[in-house]
Amino acid sequence: MKRIALLAALLCTAAPISAETHRVEPGEGAGERLQEALILAAPGDVIELGAGRFALTDGLSLDVDGVTVRGAGMDASILDFTNQQGAGEGLLVTSDNVTLRDFAIENAKGDGIKSKGADQIIYHRLRVEWTGGPRATNGAYGIYPVESANVLVQDSYVRGASDAGIYVGQSENIIVRRNRVVENVAGIEIENSNHAEVTENLATRNTGGILVFDLPGLPKVGGGDVLIARNAVIDNNTDNFAPEGNIVASVPAGTGVMVMANRNVQVLDNALINNATSHVMLIAYSQGYDDARYQPRPVDVVVRGNVYGSGGTAPDFDGGALLAAAFGGALPPVFTDGLAKNVAVEDPVKIASLGLTKVGQPRSEAMPVQITPVIAGQSPALAAVTLPQGMEERLR
Amino acid sequence: MKGSWLGLAALAVSGALLSGAIAARATVLDLSAVNDAALVGATFPQTLSDFRFFIDGARLSPNTDVTPYALNTPLWSDGAEKLRFIYLPDGTQLTAGGEGLLQFPVGAAIIKTFAFGEGAGRRLIETRVLLHRDDGWVALPYRWNAEQTDATLALAGGRIDLVTSAGEAISYAIPNKNQCKSCHNKDGQVIPIGPKARNLSAEWLGAMVSKGWLVGDTAGGDSLPDWRTHATAPAQPLARAYLDVNCAHCHQPGGAASNSGLDLRWEQDDPHALGIMKRPVAAGRGAGGHDFSVLPGAPDKSILLYRMDSAEPGIAMPELGKSSVDRDGVAVVRRWILEMKTE
Repeated sequence: MKRIALLAALLCTAAPISAETHRVEPGEGAGERLQEALILAAPGDVIELGAGRFALTDGLSLDVDGVTVRGAGMDASILDFTNQQGAGEGLLVTSDNVTLRDFAIENAKGDGIKSKGADQIIYHRLRVEWTGGPRATNGAYGIYPVESANVLVQDSYVRGASDAGIYVGQSENIIVRRNRVVENVAGIEIENSNHAEVTENLATRNTGGILVFDLPGLPKVGGGDVLIARNAVIDNNTDNFAPEGNIVASVPAGTGVMVMANRNVQVLDNALINNATSHVMLIAYSQGYDDARYQPRPVDVVVRGNVYGSGGTAPDFDGGALLAAAFGGALPPVFTDGLAKNVAVEDPVKIASLGLTKVGQPRSEAMPVQITPVIAGQSPALAAVTLPQGMEERLR
Repeated sequence: MKGSWLGLAALAVSGALLSGAIAARATVLDLSAVNDAALVGATFPQTLSDFRFFIDGARLSPNTDVTPYALNTPLWSDGAEKLRFIYLPDGTQLTAGGEGLLQFPVGAAIIKTFAFGEGAGRRLIETRVLLHRDDGWVALPYRWNAEQTDATLALAGGRIDLVTSAGEAISYAIPNKNQCKSCHNKDGQVIPIGPKARNLSAEWLGAMVSKGWLVGDTAGGDSLPDWRTHATAPAQPLARAYLDVNCAHCHQPGGAASNSGLDLRWEQDDPHALGIMKRPVAAGRGAGGHDFSVLPGAPDKSILLYRMDSAEPGIAMPELGKSSVDRDGVAVVRRWILEMKTE
């Protein structure tokens, strides 16, 4: 019986017998050849990108389940969208169980790679870059899974996104680990999502390092259960270059980790160094909304075990310099508008609070106050995020 | 047996075929009708002529059981002239259920050809077909050859330089198969989007019913305005019809842009879902420095109009099927936002 069970398990996890590898090389007609391969792929197939630069004029898309797109390395196989003439992103994935690995997307006109309603997706060792560095004319998101369950983004590099380098929106069960996000407006953003772990990433020279947001009026609201742990969040002082109108355009330069709205967020064991506004910012959504499902405050937040380097010396908001001066030249490592509820700061640091008491209250009514948290033991850990069996095995 | 819209022409062609190959009469008869096997088979036919929807190539004279139709408010595609047909296998019917999408039997097809230029200068660019197969709809693009004798499957799409009716030189994009689905998509399934009862004329619906090709209820629903009145007719219904037809296939629950929370369907009446005082989510530089999708009374501060009024990828909406700006559409939506009451 055991043997039969084992055989059955093998049959279930093995790739389909007919799985094929289709190799696409750069050069004349590469865009059409690659798009055709993506359309004609069968579930289980591998699309292998040769080394070199693929000059593309149109966005690519994949709508077949279980396909792997694999290049020769994030610096070797480059999908170059510098001359893109159409579509809202470089690569769009709309099917399940897709693995994207070992290639680069450069200079997409809109988003870099978007996956929508694409469950069990893996982004592995990718580079998404706007090679001119931070510019408002760059695309919004580098790696952009949305409306998906079971998302893994790891070992990737994103630079130059005018919104967020890695943005996971309206999704469930998410792991974002060991990535490097550099010179984006937001390094990593988890928005309107639940059960996420953001661990062991390097977020540096962004406007804000790691953001955990919940916004009203979207199909999915009520984000929470987010772990931000063991990340290096360093020197995120790049001037905000997001186009006006977007929510991230309001993120102050010098933000380390920012939690807006959300429930159950833990910020643990990170290295937070030289973020000139604040290392950890906990604030309510301050704009008007009409959404009975929405709660605008951060609720049940734990901050513990972090290393706090210099920071808070030049808060990038109206009255920031005065406020820093009032706190002796720098804001303490944790900053709140006063509207976060049930915050457990379990490190020996101070909290700066604007002392607001109502959501939407103007900051001109702030009554700033310094709070010394009372540490009463450790809050319980969040449940670990586990991906479905067999998902990570796809990388072996 | 239904008659052809151009019955005489069809008869002439099949007659010629018959006289040339009497020996294989059954085969010859099959060869004059639409190729049902190609339509419902598992493969992608390589040329448009394989289907035999038309009896004379570029003149697009429909074969037996192929019927032209037009829409009250059409989807704009760089100003292309569109020639629309449906194919209903002999003995089958469309089913109407109120003002929404007509239901097509398996074996039916929708055929839409895009052309630029007028009179003798008219060039067919591409023909898109939607085939209703046993396991659902399949969308395929075909690109016309330079000789205008046939169109070839273009799975990966393509680009062609041309001059629009507005005199604008553009790189026109033929969508690839996935991009077809991107618009023709609800909850991950391919569906038709054009032939809704509310967007078809009462005359056409009536004619279809009287011929026995359409059953079900078409009465009592809304009817979209005739877009040819766009310059003078009231802005509100025109703008809402325009957004329904040009935007709502993505911007609705279950559509390709569902995550935006914007729902531009004709039947939607929640102002926030329609973008009124709605802040952007993932607009990026598409926001254009504006705070709201639609700011009543202020078209020049409305993201929706800003994106309609751009042809630049990353900003332009729609993202697909557009290489230039629809000045008429922009004018109507501008008028709608301008006339909107401010709080």
